[in-house]
Amino acid sequence: MVIKAPERITYTDGHSFCPGCGHGIAIRLIGEALQELALEEQVIISLDVACGGMPIDVWRYDTIEAAHGRPVATAVGVKMARPSQPVIAYLGDGAAYSIGIAETLHSARRNDNITVIVLNNCVFGMTGGQMSPTSLQGQVTSSSIHGKSMKEGGATMDVVRMLKDMDISYLARAALCDAGNIKKARKYISKALEKQMNGEGYSFIELLSPCPTNWNMDPGVAAAYIKETILPVFPTGEFIG
Amino acid sequence: MEKIVLQLQRCKGCYNCIRACPKGAISKSGTSNKKGYEVIQVDQEKCIACATCYTVCPDYVFEVCKPEKGA
Repeated sequence: MVIKAPERITYTDGHSFCPGCGHGIAIRLIGEALQELALEEQVIISLDVACGGMPIDVWRYDTIEAAHGRPVATAVGVKMARPSQPVIAYLGDGAAYSIGIAETLHSARRNDNITVIVLNNCVFGMTGGQMSPTSLQGQVTSSSIHGKSMKEGGATMDVVRMLKDMDISYLARAALCDAGNIKKARKYISKALEKQMNGEGYSFIELLSPCPTNWNMDPGVAAAYIKETILPVFPTGEFIG
Repeated sequence: MEKIVLQLQRCKGCYNCIRACPKGAISKSGTSNKKGYEVIQVDQEKCIACATCYTVCPDYVFEVCKPEKGA
C-alpha cells in the first residue's frame, strides 16, 4: 500500500506557502477527504483572498476566489444554484471572524447546507502578521508590539463558542500541531462533508494553524506554542454532531 | 522496494518530519534543492513506514510504501 498526497494537489512542484505553514496540511486533508468520499469531480470550493486564496494554485477542483471575507456568502450562492453538489468555503480567521463575521454567523443562523473550514492562526497573515480578533491576550504582533491588551485590542474572539448555541449540523475544532491532532482534523473534515451530503445543514470546522513567519518562530517552536499557549484558550474537539 | 520515496523538490526545510519521526530516521542532508532550502534525508533501515512524516509534512514530500501484512 502506498500512502501519498492526492494527485489533484500534487500536479505542480508545490504551493507557495511559507515553510511550516498549516495551510499546506489543511489543503492536503481536504483533498484526502474529497478523495475518500469520491467528491473530487462534484465539489465547488469558494476561497478567500490573501493566504486563504493561495490554495487556488494547488487544488485541481472547481474553485471560486471570492471577495475578501466573502467566501461563505459566495458558497451560499453556489449552493443555491447547485444544491446537489458539495460546496466548501475555505478561509482564514481574519476573513471569517473579522471582515466576514456577518456571513459566517448568519449562514449558521440559517443552517445553510455548506461546509465552512476556517484556518485560524491568530493573525492577519499575508498583510504582515497584524493582530486579528482571535489574537491572544498578550500576543505580540506587528500591530500590538507590546502585546495585545483588552484596552487596545479587545477580547479574544472564540467563534466556535459562539456557534455552540446555534442549530447547525456539525461543529468542531482541531489543531495542526502534531500527527495525532492532524489525524483528528482529517476525521472531522470527512464528517462535515458527510453531513452536508446528507442535507443536514451548516458544518463548521476551525483548524488552529501555525504561522511561523508572522509569529517570528521556528516551525518547531510554533507547534509547541499552539500546544502550550493556544490550546488552553481554544479547546479542540467535536462540539455539535 | 524503498519504504519512503522523497519528492525533495517540494521540501521547504521546516523539519516537522525530523521532529515527528518516532525512530529518528530523518535528518538534514546538507544539500539544497532548487528553491534553496536544505532538504532532508531518510535512513531506510531505521524507517518503520509509520507515515508520521507524511502526516506532518505541509509540502507533500513523502510517499510511504507500507508492506502488506504477512509479506
